[in-house]
Amino acid sequence: MSEHVSSLKLYIGIWLALLAGTLLTVVAAGIDLGPFNAVVALTIATIKATLVVLFFMHVKYTHEKLTKVVIVSALFWLAILLALSMADYTTRLWT
Amino acid sequence: MHNSSTATVNHEAHENPALLHHFATEQQQRDAASLGMWVFLATEIMFFGGMFCAYLIYRYWYFGDFGAGSQSLSVVLGGTNTAVLICSSLTVALSVRAAQLGKSTTVVVCLFLTMLLGLVFLGIKGVEYHDKFVEHHVPGASFHFPGHIPAHPDVPINQQHAQIFFSLYFIMTGLHALHMIIGIGLFAVITYYAMRKRYGPHYYTPVEIAGLYWHFVDIIWIYLFPLLYLIDRHK
Repeated sequence: MSEHVSSLKLYIGIWLALLAGTLLTVVAAGIDLGPFNAVVALTIATIKATLVVLFFMHVKYTHEKLTKVVIVSALFWLAILLALSMADYTTRLWT
Repeated sequence: MHNSSTATVNHEAHENPALLHHFATEQQQRDAASLGMWVFLATEIMFFGGMFCAYLIYRYWYFGDFGAGSQSLSVVLGGTNTAVLICSSLTVALSVRAAQLGKSTTVVVCLFLTMLLGLVFLGIKGVEYHDKFVEHHVPGASFHFPGHIPAHPDVPINQQHAQIFFSLYFIMTGLHALHMIIGIGLFAVITYYAMRKRYGPHYYTPVEIAGLYWHFVDIIWIYLFPLLYLIDRHK
């Protein structure tokens, strides 16, 4: 058995970090940061998602490089979808 | 990448009946299964991505109406559900760990806790949906959402635009809830086999794969919570 087994302490730590992130995002939403409210909320969400992917989904310890290629490709295609759609909709009123 | 001689193949195959003949090692079999699941999750990212894109476009167009719609949702219920889902992700991770270590009772306990937390999530979601029906916030003929746009007391809420917010709310949380129901179904089957001690250090692929799916559904909610519940809260 060569599969990596994470320690209980690591799992509890990630769990606490995710709960703290949830609390932080609720508190941050109540503070007026102007346009940065969305930036802060999405940054916290992305940090939480990254913790889940790396540690709960074991991507940090995977031997299979193709798994990482699949994840990066999926995110890249998602970025194309969002970026090009918004590039269209945000510039329609330009004259 | 995985060094394997015929000798080790036969050796492992002899030791582990779960090792299929077209894989050289247990490790290779696990990596292949997990890669396949990640390819499926990539399609799920595009599936939910389309809805996130629609949300982004309409939030940009109907900025204030989306803020008003968001403020009508319960942060307490949404926040509690986020915590419940994070706890369920921990129990899934611990069930995989228990399987890796051969602790078959812990696997079953953690899987039961996961299904329980999943049902708690769906129950709270049901309470939220019920509130929305009672308040006439469900898009359709009886839709009624009076009030003004956050920080603009002189601008009334546009009923059509607000219905688009609530349509996206119900579609996105509804499809998320459907994924949760499927996940609980998967875990019900896996728990059945875990009780029969099918999983251990040499074979726990179904626990790991269903776990990947469950964590993915958790990640979707991690984005849904701030986008649907927490916009324009300070106004």
